[in-house]
Amino acid sequence: MAIEPASELASAVPEAIIAEGGRTRVAGLAPWRIALRRLRRNRVALAFGALFLVIVAMCLAAPIYASQIAHTDPFKNHLTDQITIDGVKRDVVAPSGVPIGPTYSGRFFLGADGNGRDIAVRLLYGGRTSLTIGIGAALMSTLLSIVAGTLAGFYRGRVDAVITQILNLIWSFPPVLLGIALGTALALGGLKIGPLELDGDSKLIPSIIIAIVTVPYTARPLRGQVLALREKEFVEAARAQGAGSLRIMFSEILPNLSSTLVVFFPLMVASAIGFEAALSFLGAGVRPPNPSWGTMIADGVERIITGPHLAIVPGVMLVLSLLGLNVFGDGVRDAFDPRAKVRVRRS
Amino acid sequence: MKRFVIRRILGMILVLFAISIATFCIFNVIPNSDPAQRLAGRNPTKGQIEAIRRQWGFDKPVYVQYVKTMEKVFSGDLISYVSQIEVDKEILQDAPRTFSLAIGAAIMWMAFAVALGLYTAVRAGRFADRFLTALALIGISMPVFWIGALMSYYLGFKWNIFPNGGYVPLTEDPLQWAYHLIMPWTALSLLFIGVYSRILRSNVLDTINDDYVRTARAKGLSERQVLLRHVLRNSLIPIVTLWGLDFGAVVGGGALLTETVFDLQGVGQYAAESVAQLDVPPVLAIVMFGAFFVVVVNTVVDIVYATLDPRIRLT
Repeated sequence: MAIEPASELASAVPEAIIAEGGRTRVAGLAPWRIALRRLRRNRVALAFGALFLVIVAMCLAAPIYASQIAHTDPFKNHLTDQITIDGVKRDVVAPSGVPIGPTYSGRFFLGADGNGRDIAVRLLYGGRTSLTIGIGAALMSTLLSIVAGTLAGFYRGRVDAVITQILNLIWSFPPVLLGIALGTALALGGLKIGPLELDGDSKLIPSIIIAIVTVPYTARPLRGQVLALREKEFVEAARAQGAGSLRIMFSEILPNLSSTLVVFFPLMVASAIGFEAALSFLGAGVRPPNPSWGTMIADGVERIITGPHLAIVPGVMLVLSLLGLNVFGDGVRDAFDPRAKVRVRRS
Repeated sequence: MKRFVIRRILGMILVLFAISIATFCIFNVIPNSDPAQRLAGRNPTKGQIEAIRRQWGFDKPVYVQYVKTMEKVFSGDLISYVSQIEVDKEILQDAPRTFSLAIGAAIMWMAFAVALGLYTAVRAGRFADRFLTALALIGISMPVFWIGALMSYYLGFKWNIFPNGGYVPLTEDPLQWAYHLIMPWTALSLLFIGVYSRILRSNVLDTINDDYVRTARAKGLSERQVLLRHVLRNSLIPIVTLWGLDFGAVVGGGALLTETVFDLQGVGQYAAESVAQLDVPPVLAIVMFGAFFVVVVNTVVDIVYATLDPRIRLT
């Protein structure tokens, strides 16, 4: 890749600017625009980002596919039904219990599962669940991290000590184990915090669990950044103008965290989707009969001997989504901060 | 140094205490249902629930409940009300399997990651680098339970290359032990190989232009010696720390998915199976011991790290 002169040398993130100290930047190019331009040039990252968007679009179109092409819904059993393929009538689920394989036609495009449910339809609906939980969890986790990281970094002292200790506490639990522990504990009675009341099988519960478990991984680096930012001249200037703490946090500190958050977000969504799949696989996430890629893999693994595709298909969707997000996320990170070693830890 | 160690250990004890309280809360306070009923598992009788309520002290204040719970976990008379098995005994019995899995996998992922990271760094930007980096990304994106299930089906069941499931104790037959564990080790390692090799690659690329490396070259050392003795040694420091932490995390619960998929009957699988039956006592004990193990390992890693690198003690 050809390196452009001066404009390429200017970086988006403060540390990088310090490191590049003496060099002059070309006037008129905002850090965000430099980053976006750099991202635009990274074809591989864009292609994988597009791959993820295609998967999202496919899952959004699930109801259309179910009603117009497959003529069924994700929960409907077709145990005793027969379908005609190339003029031959076949059972959807054979008397021996073996479900039909891929037909590559409208109905049962990818075959049926043990209950005679259309896999292609369940795959798309499952994708909606997995993606919703993944993105929802990442959003929640980001929000919590911003609050925790900003408060801890800005106020330091006692507030910092308390928040850091709580983060350390969450951190010391092995993530998957903490996830299934919370999953089991909340499965029966649901959750009740003040006015918020959730059923045991609510889809919000896995999102909340994932958000809580993953908070330390983003809150800690954010705290570090806020600690550095609060000593900067522009914060001092704002204070000299009489701005209060809240105002400084919102209009001076937060905007400066945005590039870090943009870098973190795709990777967080990827790790949340993977986490959801693991929880559901273990039976502590999405509850059957609701489809999600994790529960579908779990079902598939049980029947892997009669139909390996039952496990392979949802797994491939999962891997493609994660790969799309990871490669795209890498590209975003390189674009915003070519020297950073930001990393989202995974379970 | 002495002061650092003492401070670190005191800190650790505090964290352990906090963990025990947090675990207690997760299971007995936060959920919006009767804890006695949840502990009893599926389909308990009224008498059982009543007995549990009395034994665990759920009719008493919260701090009494906490003390009673801890007493049960640490004295070894915590039992699963679903299977009537003593939880601590079962955990001790499963522990060697979990350790076998974790130790083998840790060696495997470190070895492969170092080789891969060094190679891709030396070849940075060329085809081999791009290809292997892409492979590493795929490895990171593959959920262990999925790739594990496929391996166990194709390599173990269909083509019969490796034994499918089963565990042979190391003391009985070391060769068979390794042979039975090779698939689980590989499945568990893939993610870590991907992560570590990428970190190592960027670390090596960072150090390879340092002055002391140039000096080493100028002295007339061979490229091989420069890489192994000077570049790799320094690039390894952060990874070795991470290695210790991840090993703790894998033993403490990270191996759960791998164990379940390969039916290794380790501690993690015990937790997973208990979850499936909504059997709370084993999950409670395993979560607590898992977190304890992670914290203890982290402390040891910190202390070792501080002995190796005195700068760290200041912070």
